[in-house]
Order: sequence, then structure tokens, then C-alpha cells
Amino acid sequence: MPGPSQTRNPFTEHETPAVSVAIEGLSKSFGNRVVLDQVTFSVQPGEIFVLMGPSGSGKSVLLKHVIGLEQPSGGRVQVDQYDATAEETREKVRMAIVFQAGALFNSLTVYDNLALYLREHDLASEDGIREKVGRALQILSLEGAAEKYPSELSGGMKKRVAIARALVMEPQLLLYDEPTSELDPVMSATISEIIALLKNEYHVTTLVVSHDRDLALNIADRVGILMDGRLIFLGTPADLREPKDPRVAAFLYPQIDLQNPRYKQLET
Amino acid sequence: MKQILSVLEGVGSTWLLLLRAASYVGTLPRQRTRFFEQCYLIGYTTLPIVAILSFFIGSVLALQAGYSMQNFGAKQFIGSLVGLSMARELGPVMVAILLAGRVGSAITAELASMKVYQEVDALVTMNIPPARILVLPRLAAVLAMVPVLAIIADLVGWFGGAIVAKYVAFISIEPEAYFTALRRFMKFKDVMNGLIKAECFGFVVTLVCCNIGLNTRGGPREIGAAVTRAVVVSLILILVLDYFVTKVLM
Ligand SMILES: Nc1ncnc2c1ncn2[C@@H]1O[C@H](COP(=O)(O)OP(=O)(O)OP(=O)(O)O)[C@@H](O)[C@H]1O
Ligand SMILES: [Mg+2]
Repeated sequence: MPGPSQTRNPFTEHETPAVSVAIEGLSKSFGNRVVLDQVTFSVQPGEIFVLMGPSGSGKSVLLKHVIGLEQPSGGRVQVDQYDATAEETREKVRMAIVFQAGALFNSLTVYDNLALYLREHDLASEDGIREKVGRALQILSLEGAAEKYPSELSGGMKKRVAIARALVMEPQLLLYDEPTSELDPVMSATISEIIALLKNEYHVTTLVVSHDRDLALNIADRVGILMDGRLIFLGTPADLREPKDPRVAAFLYPQIDLQNPRYKQLET
Repeated sequence: MKQILSVLEGVGSTWLLLLRAASYVGTLPRQRTRFFEQCYLIGYTTLPIVAILSFFIGSVLALQAGYSMQNFGAKQFIGSLVGLSMARELGPVMVAILLAGRVGSAITAELASMKVYQEVDALVTMNIPPARILVLPRLAAVLAMVPVLAIIADLVGWFGGAIVAKYVAFISIEPEAYFTALRRFMKFKDVMNGLIKAECFGFVVTLVCCNIGLNTRGGPREIGAAVTRAVVVSLILILVLDYFVTKVLM
């Protein structure tokens, strides 16, 4: 893990201006099932925004809208000054997403997974690629895995490869879908540090979807909580430590009560 | 009504995919590794089964022809019949059908699984168009390999016919006579027509299979459904196209 004093970006040789994300009244339905309902918030340039929420509340769907993989049913998403669904957006803004399930290319080795973007866009010589890929693998403690295929990796390793692949892209906007699920506590902390490092040193605008309370409290500039497709909380980590909304408190600090378990409460 | 719409949608998206892939033709030299890889998969792995099947198709053609012609005393034309049928019709159609079953299904399965497991989404977010790296090399490879396969099918089929003609007792035609007859009525144009047909079928099958794979939605269960659909649609298209291409080439 490089110290914060290091000034040379291991991935970006050039300064790139940070971009903002504006989500305005975003709604999405699949059939007649409303998944996102009038969600509005924005991510400032160079900010870390952590989005939390129960499983199935629409977080992954929201991320897909930001990266332009889904068409909104209502409202819109702007990345910088571009519409997220426009094809030119990907050419003007370098965006990367770490998918929840990794989405690694199964037919390529870990090394080639990381190198693909650089090769296809002709961004570096093979030597340059080796250096950048090696650096990303090293940061995520994946040196031994370079020649392995995704099917030979554990769940947590896949996740780290997915993160490494996103880092190699030198993005201006980086989206993470549950980057620390499936990771052990130390690796989770490492990932949190990397996310913070990229922001502090290189002003990468970051939107993290996570259930990881430690990550949210430690590195987020702001936190949003999505529940049933609506944003029920928007504030700083400090606000989150003593939530006023009982729904937020119940979500973040659930009691484990063996005498009166939740599944029994549901039955009655 | 719903079926008609989905057929139209399929036709539209296939054309769109073709245009997209065609717009990246300039990147082909850079993608030569992928191109050769696909050539290997399409050509080399299909070769044995093409050879085996065309051998037996040529044989059975000779057998049937010998059986029905023996009463007319027209046995000496067996070579012409086998030659023309193989070159103009059975060679190309058989190569296309094997391509649909062996290569098309594999393409659909691979692309559908890439779609379902979000690999295609990952490519899109990396600003690497799937049409460029997944579709174009396959289309180019099929165009390069199909004529080779079709010529081999023709040759092996003719040879199979020759063996049957010589060794089946009620036919007993020497190879020299067989091949003389074969050459007598066959023109270069007949072989060319066959190759053009094979080329058309192979291209369409590959394009359709790519498109069905890339448009798979849902979970892993859909992969199997997509493969089935791709093979069925390919077979229908081969036989329908066969009529029209044959007509145009006459
Ligand atoms: N393509 C789709 N078609 C239909 N419904 C969908 C689709 N994608 C997501 N959904 C539905 O949208 C809802 C939200 O899904 P989403 O994946 O965003 O949840 P999530 O908040 O990311 O949950 P988790 O924390 O478990 O990842 C779910 O109920 C899901 O069934
Ligand atoms: Mg999710």
C-alpha cells in the first residue's frame, strides 16, 4: 500500500479534472414493479459518496443508470455535463465500474483481464502495460494470480481482480458495487484505504454501494440510504452515528434478539 | 402479434449488429490474433465432421443413383449426378448445417453467457464495443474458412461416390469413367455457385447466432434457450435462403 505522501499516480500520468454526477428525479420500473422512485442526489467532483440500503432496494440498478447501462423510466442522470445514456459520455469521461459479481472476462487470464482496456485503446506499450498491471496487482495482493483464469479464483480474489481492473483504467469516475463484500476484514480495510487514496491524491469521483458500515463511517464524505427505491437519508458520516430516523437506526444498528427474532415478528 | 413483433425486432437488431460490426472493419488487422483463433475454432474443429459426413453423403448419392439408374442403363452418368449434387447443393447446405450445429451453437452459448454474467456490460463500460471484438473476428473468420470447408466437402463427397460406384456390385463403374462423367457436365460455375451459397449461409448463421447470444436476457437458464433458438433459426434460414440464393445464381 503506497503511503499518502507518494505523489505520482501509479495509474495516471496526466491531471484530469474531476467530474460530478447529478441524479435528478430518477425513476425506474421493470414491468409494473417500481424499483427506483424519484431519487435525487448529486456527487460532487472528487467526493466519495457511499450509498447504503437493504438488499433489493435498487442500489445496483441505480449504479447501472449512472454508467449508462439502463435507460431511466423517468428523470435523468448527468455525468459532468453529459447525459449518462448518451454514447459520447463514455468517450468524454473515463468511467469504470466494479460490478457486484465481478464480471471478469472468463476466457482471459487475470493479467489479460487487466490489460484489455489498455490494449484495446492503445494506451500503453506492452512494457507500459506490464508495469501498470503489475502495480495494480501488487496493490491488491494479487501478484500470484496473474496467470490464473477467473474460474480458478476465490470469490474475494475475483472481487479484487475486478477492482484492479477498474484501477488500471485510470477512471475519473469510479463506481463500486459492494467492493468489500466477500472480503476478510483486513482486505476490506485495504480496499477502503485504496478508495480513499484515489480520492485524496487523484480526485477520483467515487460512488460506492456498500453494506460496510466501517467503510461508510471512515471514508465517506457523504452517505445516502436507499430503501424501497427512495432515498430516506442523505448526510455526513457524523449524522449517521446518531441517526434521528428510526428506519435508519434500525437498518444500521440492528439488534440481534434471540428471544424475539424477526422472522417470528413477521409471522404474527 | 407478439411473435411477429419479436421476429421483426430480431431482423432489425441483426441488421444493426451487421452495420456496427462492418463499421469496425478497419480494426481487423489489429485483431488478427482473435481472427486466427476463430479461424481455428471454425475451420479446424469442424473439418473432421465435415469430411465424415460428406463422404457418406457422396456414397449414398452414388448408391441411390446407381439403384434408380440401373434400369435405364444410365449408370455412366452417376459421376455427373454425384458431382453436380455435391457441388451445387449438398456440399454447401451440409457445411452450413454443421456450422450451425457445431459453431453457431457454441458462439451463441459463449456470447449469451458473457451477456448473462455481465461481461458484455463490462466491455460496454470500457468503451470497447462488443460488435468490434466479439462479432467482427467471427464474421471474418467464417468468411475465410467456409470456402475451404465447402471445397473439402465437395472433394470428399465425390471421392465417396467413386468408391461406392466401383465396389458396389450392381453399379461397378471404374473411377476413371466416374470422374470423366463428373467432369463432363460440371462447369467451374457450378462449383463457384456452391461456394457462394456456402459463404452466404455461413455468414448469416454466424451473424444470427452472435445476435441471439448478445440479446440474451435474464439468468443462466436463458443461455440454453438462446442456443436452441439460434440453431432452429439458423436451420430455417439456411433452407429458406437456399431456395432464393439458388434462384438468383441460376
Ligand atoms: N433486469 C431486471 N428486470 C427485472 N427486475 C429487476 C432487474 N434488475 C433488478 N431488478 C429488480 O430490482 C430490484 C432491485 O435490484 P438491485 O439489484 O438494484 O438490488 P440491490 O439494492 O443492489 O440489492 P443487493 O444489495 O442484494 O445487491 C430487485 O427487486 C430486483 O428484482
Ligand atoms: Mg446489488
